[in-house]
Amino acid sequence: MYTAEMRELSKKVEETRSQRIGINFPRMSPEGKIDVLNENHPDYSDKGFMYLKHGVNKGNRVPNELGVLLEGKSKLENFQINLDKIDYDTDILIIGGGGAGAAAALEAHNRGAKVLIATKLRFGDANTMMAEGGIQAADKPNDSPAKHYLDVMGGGHYTNVPELASTLVKDAPSAIKWLDDLGVMFDKENDGTMITNHGGGTSRKRMHSAADYSGAEIMRVMRDEVRNKEIEVLEFSPVIELLLDTDGKAAGAIICDLETKRNFVVRAKTVIMATGGAGRLHYQGFPTSNHYGATADGLVMGYRVGAELAFADTIQYHPTGVAYPSQIFGALVTEKVRSLGATPLNIHGEQFVYHLETRDVEASAIIKECNIKGNGIPTPSGGYGVWLDTPLIEMIHGEGTIEKKLPAMMRMYLKFGLDMRKKPILVYPTLHYQNGGLLIDKNGQTKIKNLYVAGECAGGIHGTNRLMGNSLLDIIVFGRRAGIHAGENFKDIKIKDLTFDHVKKYHKDLKNNGVESREFSPMILPTYNHGREK
Amino acid sequence: MSEKKMIDVYIFGKKYTVPSTLTIMDSMEYAGYQLTKGCGCRSGFCGACSTIYRVKGDKELKIALACQTKVEDGMYFTQLPFFPGEKPLYDIDKFKPTMDTMAQFYPEIYKCIGCNSCTNGCPQDLNVMQYIAHAQRGEFEKCAHGSFDCVSCGICASRCPAGITHYNVALLARRLTGKYIVPKTEHLKDRVAEIAAGKHDKSLKEVMDKNVEELKELYNSRDISK
Repeated sequence: MYTAEMRELSKKVEETRSQRIGINFPRMSPEGKIDVLNENHPDYSDKGFMYLKHGVNKGNRVPNELGVLLEGKSKLENFQINLDKIDYDTDILIIGGGGAGAAAALEAHNRGAKVLIATKLRFGDANTMMAEGGIQAADKPNDSPAKHYLDVMGGGHYTNVPELASTLVKDAPSAIKWLDDLGVMFDKENDGTMITNHGGGTSRKRMHSAADYSGAEIMRVMRDEVRNKEIEVLEFSPVIELLLDTDGKAAGAIICDLETKRNFVVRAKTVIMATGGAGRLHYQGFPTSNHYGATADGLVMGYRVGAELAFADTIQYHPTGVAYPSQIFGALVTEKVRSLGATPLNIHGEQFVYHLETRDVEASAIIKECNIKGNGIPTPSGGYGVWLDTPLIEMIHGEGTIEKKLPAMMRMYLKFGLDMRKKPILVYPTLHYQNGGLLIDKNGQTKIKNLYVAGECAGGIHGTNRLMGNSLLDIIVFGRRAGIHAGENFKDIKIKDLTFDHVKKYHKDLKNNGVESREFSPMILPTYNHGREK
Repeated sequence: MSEKKMIDVYIFGKKYTVPSTLTIMDSMEYAGYQLTKGCGCRSGFCGACSTIYRVKGDKELKIALACQTKVEDGMYFTQLPFFPGEKPLYDIDKFKPTMDTMAQFYPEIYKCIGCNSCTNGCPQDLNVMQYIAHAQRGEFEKCAHGSFDCVSCGICASRCPAGITHYNVALLARRLTGKYIVPKTEHLKDRVAEIAAGKHDKSLKEVMDKNVEELKELYNSRDISK
């Protein structure tokens, strides 16, 4: 329920609605976009960032919270373990049980590899499950991979690795077909035509969806398939460090049982890192739409064996996170809400930005409206938000549209007494995605031999900004590619003796570079206290 | 938080005083727990946080998602890491939906006694018993749509006297619907074939060969469909 003050303010939205409906707010000019980004986007100021003193990316900028972990101490420091005693011996170890890990597992399994998935929480508990809006692919007659490519590059400020962006768009239709053939229930017309929508920065309607449970639907189908194939999954078993062999090839990992704290040695011919993102590090104090386990573990462990980071200083703040009610503060309000026509409004009920700019621009405009122009709507927790005029959706597309197309959103708000069909909702940017990650090639390989990365943990595909619907796409495209490539090559791999000498070297280098680590990393799980005194 | 009214809750039987504005999940963290199980997306999508609770003075045991439910004064709760649910193995490519499909994989659905406990427990407010009835009758598409918003938390199955694993039944119905019942997408098939035949290589290469300035110009002048 809104407070009396908020109810009063929301009347402004109703008052101006008749003047706004049917009128298109102008898109921002290229120069206007640059200005609003420079002035407001958290990535565009040096505040909140540090420069790495150590490792492959020495001298590069990363968020403070990530930097501390990248320069943290390994949990294997002073660790006695007999690496000759192998607890799990497998062809391919996949670290992470989200969409990229599952896709890789299925393809590797299909090529005859013995696959082991180790996942920190339950299998499928990942950001994939929470992806609401959709998945892009240029499969309509008025669209093409080239058009998709241009949108990806423009959205990414032309910094994307061209080979990765082109692989993404070229594999996109077959990724959708693969999912469709597995039985994913995409939204379709009665004749089988995919129902597609725009997302921020798309030039064609190419967003495929499964209501606003798109990621959940994809994840639960892939998870079912992994179970059908009887691929072994170790749940509640985070990896705490990678292992190399004496040739320096990736050759396994140490996993830890979350409950018993026992450590296990896994030997693998190939390791696929699919650990997801970093939202739970709460860069610059932002709330996050991310899964509980999104603590950048893969970046930390990959960096420690010498894999290179790309664009690790670019973060995606989703323009519309929940600003109120506080119980779901930071949760995602899918971009689909805007693609169906809801527009952002300030305290006066005025629109101040076109509703489908790219996410970085849209988020910057909202931050500006609240923090610089003072036009935000105050929330009881001391923050600010802007209205998102959701009743517009029902006026544009007809009554019942929200229930049909946005059931998850509607349910989330109804649980806390707010009906988004009747009242606008309050939003503010939330930490959503790590645009960068460990640099890969088109098959998901890093420069460390036999170490693959897929999903949000990978870097280069999206450059410095990702468009909506390209993340669900990249986990399938590059998850499958990593699985296929590893599945076709594992037989030729000979593992030498396992070692974690790289960890000892890492600690030595830290010291030589004057880094005094206080933190152990990877983090594994975040700590919250919800206002309790420490 | 404006009104930080404090209330008493009982976590695993022990009393803690927490702000009334918190969810069950947040209250555990406020009390000092670092959650390792029974916690996932924190947004009501993953079904990881099934929690049994009772409110002092009330005999009824209730189940809810900890991330989507506010604490109440006198609430006793305990978290469940997961529900063990039966899932038969199948190869979705090897059979097509028939009247017998469900009987083959989930015969127990025909033991449903109509008690509606599944529906009453569902935190997503789905009509679980109804979608199981559709599955019994081989109406897979209706079962699929009726269960579409399921987060597989397992609460339905935990309450079923017939031992039905509703969420897995529904998953099979949805996969059969997506794969066999809904018409195939012709434009998708065509585009995949075009790409395999190299039809888009030239146009993609042309745009890939542009330098950043040329790309910018192309991007800023691209036509955007309505």
